[in-house]
Amino acid sequence: MNPNSVSGAMQTQSPKPTSYVFQIENLSVYYGSNPAVKNVSLKVPARQITAFIGPSGCGKSTVLRCFNRTNDLIPGARVEGKLTYHGKDLYAADVDPVSVRRHIGMVFQKPNPFPKSIYDNVAYGPRVLGMKVDLDEVVETSLKRAALWDEVKDKLKESGQSLSGGQQQRLCIARALAVQPDVILMDEPCSALDPISTRRIEELMKELEQDYTIIIVTHNMQQASRVSDMTAFFSVELVGSNRVGELVEFDKTEVIFNNPSKEATRDYVEGRFG
Amino acid sequence: MSDSARFIGEEEKIDISSIAPIRNYSSRFLTFLSILCVVVLLASLSWVLWDVAKEGVNKLNWYNLTQIRYPAPGLEDGGFGHAIVGSLMVLSTAAVISFPFGILAAVYLSEFGRGTRLAYLVKFSCNVLTGVPAILCGLFAYAVVVRGSGFSAFSGGIATGVLMLPIVIRSTEEALLLVSPDMRLASVGLGSTRFQTTMRIVLPTAAPAIVTGLIVALARAAGEAAPLLFTSFNNNFWSTDLFGPVATLPVMTYFFAIIPFRPQQQLAWAGALVLLAMVLVASTISRFVVHKTKK
Repeated sequence: MNPNSVSGAMQTQSPKPTSYVFQIENLSVYYGSNPAVKNVSLKVPARQITAFIGPSGCGKSTVLRCFNRTNDLIPGARVEGKLTYHGKDLYAADVDPVSVRRHIGMVFQKPNPFPKSIYDNVAYGPRVLGMKVDLDEVVETSLKRAALWDEVKDKLKESGQSLSGGQQQRLCIARALAVQPDVILMDEPCSALDPISTRRIEELMKELEQDYTIIIVTHNMQQASRVSDMTAFFSVELVGSNRVGELVEFDKTEVIFNNPSKEATRDYVEGRFG
Repeated sequence: MSDSARFIGEEEKIDISSIAPIRNYSSRFLTFLSILCVVVLLASLSWVLWDVAKEGVNKLNWYNLTQIRYPAPGLEDGGFGHAIVGSLMVLSTAAVISFPFGILAAVYLSEFGRGTRLAYLVKFSCNVLTGVPAILCGLFAYAVVVRGSGFSAFSGGIATGVLMLPIVIRSTEEALLLVSPDMRLASVGLGSTRFQTTMRIVLPTAAPAIVTGLIVALARAAGEAAPLLFTSFNNNFWSTDLFGPVATLPVMTYFFAIIPFRPQQQLAWAGALVLLAMVLVASTISRFVVHKTKK
């Protein structure tokens, strides 16, 4: 990894030195000829949690999927604008999306363990990548990092789908960690979980923040304010008959929630809209 | 919102004792109707099973099952062991032809070619092929194989394989489409290629449904006499030559059912019963295996 330090543009109060993993300039995503989200510009700081909030259809998940190029898999999707990852253009012709995704893990809304054993779920990534590692060790460390080891260490051969929802989601996180990613994208990781499981995942995120850059999409504003360092507020605008998402405001989380500069942001975080 | 507010706010009499009678009656009537349909369906199925079992069991004995030549017309000494083997030969050939092609075509349709012109074309041809009468599949194999090399189990396998192909493709495609897109994204998100995702995640996840579809296709094809009439044809004697004519259970049932000799007619019933049993055993075993591997 070669973290590109970008100075000045956006200072945070974080004690960690600020470098940016992703920089987006005027990013627009189209599905067919309709723009889903337009002109997004933001910088994602390294080893912090960045939250994307906003109403449904505002394009926050769409933007999230640009970071590991999974939009490529949706027929008709097209990305315009600039997106750099450690200073390198992610959509350059010579970039192989498969190798991008290996560095940028993803956790989904619904826990989706593979129909394999717990062990095989975690070992899947290193196996397909042909990583020369001690699989037992990787599985154990990943499960420990995902705070799941103690609960499953005696039943690694059981199906990953036999676990509870919260455990499954932590298994999915362990699965993502096993390939030693740089960034973890989370698309509403707690929306299918009960409050206790949600709290465990949030605690886990705070721990993982030490070593990973995390971007989380969430509908839950309390969650964004609890866990994130930076928050991006997206909104949706009606252009003709199309709903087009846009980035309204991006700032430190305490600013977004306490003293946002835009009226729309204030209305949203105070619950007067959406 | 406004409704519940009204109920909470006002002392309105809420009648929970009954709904409009017409809704009740139509609900009961439709429930009755659906039960009736199930009963009619099960009744006709068990009628067929009962009839075949009743008539077939007379001649279903070890002697008939193991005799490897048909009895001469009107006589009793003979059986249809060779027809069972012939059927297995034809069906195996059909499976070897239709399973790989069908599964790979379905993988293309659902994983790689979704939305492309080629996929549309494949789907369209598949639908057309579903509507093709079985006897035309036989004619096709006759024109392509039999005219060159004569009647054979192999040509019967081709005719039956062509018959099975659209069923295999469609059921496999449906099974693959049932795999959640999230599962594919999760796999791809870990840096695996689409091929790896297909081989390691999508196909294993869909395996139980795929196997069920394959068995359905095989069961459907097992009972078809039409595609075999002028391909594998018939054989009164034992033969394991893949490139020679063989006796098969459906064709034997057909020929013996229409000749005026009682022993042969009874053999036809027994053949039908054996055919049914084979399908039943095959589907039971496959279900069992799928259930076992799922755990």
